[in-house]
Amino acid sequence: MTRPWRSILIGGALAAVFVLSALISYVWTPFPIDGVDIPNKLRPPGATHWLGTDHYGRDILSMVIVGGRTSLAVAVVAVGIGMVIGVPLGLWAAARRGSWVDEVIMRGNDLIFAFPSLVIAILITGIFGAGAVNAIIAIGIFNIPVFARLTRGAALSLWSRDFVLAARVAGKSSLRISAEHILPNITSLLIVQGTIQFSLGILAEAGLSYVGLGAQPPTPSWGRMLADAQTMVALAPHMALIPGLAIVLTVMGLNLMGDGLRDLTDPRIRMQRT
Amino acid sequence: MIAYILGRIASLFISLIVASLVIFMVVEVAPGDPAAFMLGVNAKPDTVAALRAELGLDVPKAERYLNWVTGMVQGDFGTSYTYRSPISKMVAERLWVSLPLAIYALILSTLIAFPAGIYAASRRGRIGDLGVMAATQLGVAVPNFWFAMILVLIFAINLGWVSAGGFPGWDKGFWACMAALTLPAIALALPQAAILARVMRSSLLDMLDEDFIRTARAKGLTEGQALWRHALKNALIPVLTILGLQFSFLLAGSIIIEQVFYLPGLGRLVFQAITQRDLITVESVVMLLVFAVIVVNFLVDLTYAVVDPRLRARH
Repeated sequence: MTRPWRSILIGGALAAVFVLSALISYVWTPFPIDGVDIPNKLRPPGATHWLGTDHYGRDILSMVIVGGRTSLAVAVVAVGIGMVIGVPLGLWAAARRGSWVDEVIMRGNDLIFAFPSLVIAILITGIFGAGAVNAIIAIGIFNIPVFARLTRGAALSLWSRDFVLAARVAGKSSLRISAEHILPNITSLLIVQGTIQFSLGILAEAGLSYVGLGAQPPTPSWGRMLADAQTMVALAPHMALIPGLAIVLTVMGLNLMGDGLRDLTDPRIRMQRT
Repeated sequence: MIAYILGRIASLFISLIVASLVIFMVVEVAPGDPAAFMLGVNAKPDTVAALRAELGLDVPKAERYLNWVTGMVQGDFGTSYTYRSPISKMVAERLWVSLPLAIYALILSTLIAFPAGIYAASRRGRIGDLGVMAATQLGVAVPNFWFAMILVLIFAINLGWVSAGGFPGWDKGFWACMAALTLPAIALALPQAAILARVMRSSLLDMLDEDFIRTARAKGLTEGQALWRHALKNALIPVLTILGLQFSFLLAGSIIIEQVFYLPGLGRLVFQAITQRDLITVESVVMLLVFAVIVVNFLVDLTYAVVDPRLRARH
């Protein structure tokens, strides 16, 4: 098996564990996550509660599984926003390269890039109220320029290719060329970038939830679990370790998968990527 | 060169103006009247109106925006709704925590990343390289605030080497403060160092494939000599970009890290202001952070022109 495939399989399997368990949690969890059980609080990992219990006696394994729903959903939708808005903008800019449309779109991108994303995310969620939806918007906005720039760059090089010229000679509009010839040729690039933004989104969501600006209780999320664990860290270190490991493993899985996919599409940079 | 610098200055100002407009509008459309919030639900309408006048909320929006911006240019950030004290004074106090923290972390990150990246590049494809790359893979996946909690657990709670949080204040001595900032700085620096080491490595590897390195090797330099004398200097340009970006990550990251270590920095100020709906403070502190980031990026762009003769020639 070649190196990229190994990364894709290992990374994909890691990420899939969390995605699948999050999906299964809609129908079944090892313990109910709203089951407050004070006599059993702060239990270390053991036979009944595999990953222990938190300060309310809730099962941490169940909490991590259900918390994954929030983290993953926020990150997925944020990537979706970035793609749905960013890709058409990038295609449009490439189709009208050098015109004022291109100029406006690219300068707008530069501008969003110049903002410190986390500060603005904190501003947005802080002002409009903490919650998953505002967290999605705050993270999603900063995905737009990433996809717009990537799409434009890749599309520009395609526009000079012969098959695009042939399509133009055949009388196809630039809208149709973008949709029928450019877009299908850049999907692998978009998937690679999507994986990377997905993992960044999980980290961003965790940060926002940790400071109380992400999903609100009683909805569990990995960041919130870490915030709860902070005051308990001396008493029950497992409360802090486990949700953090969930984040690290998911993000590492996605990054590995992204690396593998990228190497597969561009073997030239196999050993070099940053 | 002059055209390039003028272009950069123009875009610096446009960025700052747009940034201030965006922040002002975000805060403007925020639900809730600060004056009503401060006085509580039982306040009489005329008391609220009086406070609105006092806070300068009764003038038209455009005028308020202009007042805010001109005030900031003159170093007047307005008056906090809740503390009733000048924001510039509060910011100045907090800045003495956040700024040293960000700089400390930036230095740590550079000190770790440069040797790691150079080492990995010089051992391309061998076990040392793979080891560094695996470590960076872990580094980019770890949320810095979680890493901070682990550091507290190990070094403050189990080993008792440093306190788990808090800040003594600079009047208690330089080393006491540096000790308090060390864990936060490590927590901030390591994930950034992972990214920086990767950029350093790949940028060096790009250079090592260039013709001028082959020439250097052909005239008898060893690979190590070629790397240090010729490749490194050229590889620093992309590294510089990332270093500039990292400053913004570190400033923003310090907002969250300050929460973990209970440090009285700008981040805590922002969160206190958000919970108390002290919008003018939020607005001004966020603008200050954005200003710092945009200016740093501008300075990075200028240094390009100095270090990269090609860029100078093109303009």
